[in-house]
Amino acid sequence: MATQHSRAAARLMISPAVLLLLGWMIIPLSMTLYFSFLRYNLLIPGMEEWTGWTNYEFFLTDPAFFAALTNTLLLVGGVLLITIIGGVLLALLLDQPFWGQGIVRILVIAPFFVMPTVSALVWKNMFMNPVNGLFAYFAKFLGLQPFDFLSHAPLFSIILIVAWQWLPFATLILLTALQSLDSEQLEAAEMDGANFLNRFVFIMVPHLARSITVVILIQTIFLLSVFAEILVTTNGGPGYASTNLTYLIYAQSLLQFDVGGGSAGGVVAIILANIVAIFLMRMIGKNLEA
Amino acid sequence: MARAVSNRRKALVTICAWAVGIAIFFPILWTVLTSFKTEAEAIASPPSFLFFDWTLENYSTVQERSDYFRHFSNSVIISFGSTLLGLLIAIPAAWSMAFVPGKRTKDVLMWMLSTKMLPPVGVLIPIYLLFRDTGLLDTRVGLVMVLTLINLPIIVWMLFTYFREIPGEILEAARMDGAELWSEIIYVLTPMAVPGIASTLLLNIILSWNEAFWTLNLTAVDAAPLTAFIASYSSPEGLFYAKLSAASTMAIAPILIIGWFSQKQLVRGLTFGAVK
Repeated sequence: MATQHSRAAARLMISPAVLLLLGWMIIPLSMTLYFSFLRYNLLIPGMEEWTGWTNYEFFLTDPAFFAALTNTLLLVGGVLLITIIGGVLLALLLDQPFWGQGIVRILVIAPFFVMPTVSALVWKNMFMNPVNGLFAYFAKFLGLQPFDFLSHAPLFSIILIVAWQWLPFATLILLTALQSLDSEQLEAAEMDGANFLNRFVFIMVPHLARSITVVILIQTIFLLSVFAEILVTTNGGPGYASTNLTYLIYAQSLLQFDVGGGSAGGVVAIILANIVAIFLMRMIGKNLEA
Repeated sequence: MARAVSNRRKALVTICAWAVGIAIFFPILWTVLTSFKTEAEAIASPPSFLFFDWTLENYSTVQERSDYFRHFSNSVIISFGSTLLGLLIAIPAAWSMAFVPGKRTKDVLMWMLSTKMLPPVGVLIPIYLLFRDTGLLDTRVGLVMVLTLINLPIIVWMLFTYFREIPGEILEAARMDGAELWSEIIYVLTPMAVPGIASTLLLNIILSWNEAFWTLNLTAVDAAPLTAFIASYSSPEGLFYAKLSAASTMAIAPILIIGWFSQKQLVRGLTFGAVK
């Protein structure tokens, strides 16, 4: 049993972390909320005034908002689709016995450690560039017209780059989950005449379901905030073709200096992220009780 | 009993796995190879894979032109600084939650995690304005503060999941023997907690090193770490492939090495203990 003494000590030890995070949450959040109701532009200081819901009206009815919302959903959905399907297939492959498992594992996990600005620039210039990129070289080699990825399919190109970065994460988690699967159960099923497809559908998928959910939720949190990849490749363009919500709010705040409008956008982004967060928190909370 | 696997099947899997592994790793390999080429060879058609005149010229050019070492030291200070500061704050918190759990411990943990769900862009303006008014923009101190705060929930959680596995009976036995709270921490707990703390440290250095929202938005010149250093190559220098490759290789090499060491802890850390 914990003594009175150690309880007091415990409270003392936990308080710095709690107070700091409380401050980090409350101060900027209340400022964002307050600014979102002001007409406030950094270029015209001293003219701040209360405008009620005007900023929200402008932000939500701006065609750029719908473009950005669609792009955000496509980006998150596209990357999730590629990484989950690719991750399951890769995990199934790497779970088999083969020579050099350790080295292949290291090769597969590597993209996760590459900083976003590096992976975006390397893909943009050395692979997707329509003149000197490696893809253009292969297209010419096959007698095809080189494709200008970032001008003609900017969002798709960014999805590919981000998916390359996150595939290792999905693979690693699903592989860990597969390895915790009881091999005797699989062998018993095989003895009873279940083929690979049956074993996959009836034993592996139910076992992986929880890990897949965790991958989806955690990746979604990070993918909603994709920023650097867009900044160094397309700057959100052409037009709004590759602008996601994060980039739109950044542009409104720090490029157009519209504090009020940017803050209203920030509040919208927080609400959207919270919808995902609620599901993730439930999953992790359940695990905490176990 | 493990089923005997035929060598033919194993060979087939080996070929497939290596092909996929090399394909996924190829962009990194290609970047490293290109960094040793001259600019002319870097865009030569057909591209040369290994048979070119290897040169280190790009590395010295990158250092001369954009001062790699200054950005490197910024990255080191920011990522190590924020991780160590975070550990300093998180270790006591995680310790007390793991060993002296109260009624509200679970709520506190969940609430800490919820702060991580806050999209950074939602608080970009307030932080930017606060930093501007307090002179913290483009300083390493400012970035250490922000990165400590955004990674604190992950640090507390990771430590908590490790500490939770240390059997409480050991602590009680020490307490029976009359150990004081602090000697209990130093002599009993610390040796058992070191592996967990080490993995937490590594994972958080990786996360801070690669953080590219706050580092790009809050720095200009003085405090710019490697993420911003590479972003400055977006145009027009990005078209000099050999130099871009040399800069990229230097930016990712240190963390790639740390990352490979900590890959086992990665799953656990990034899923907040939900997958082990």
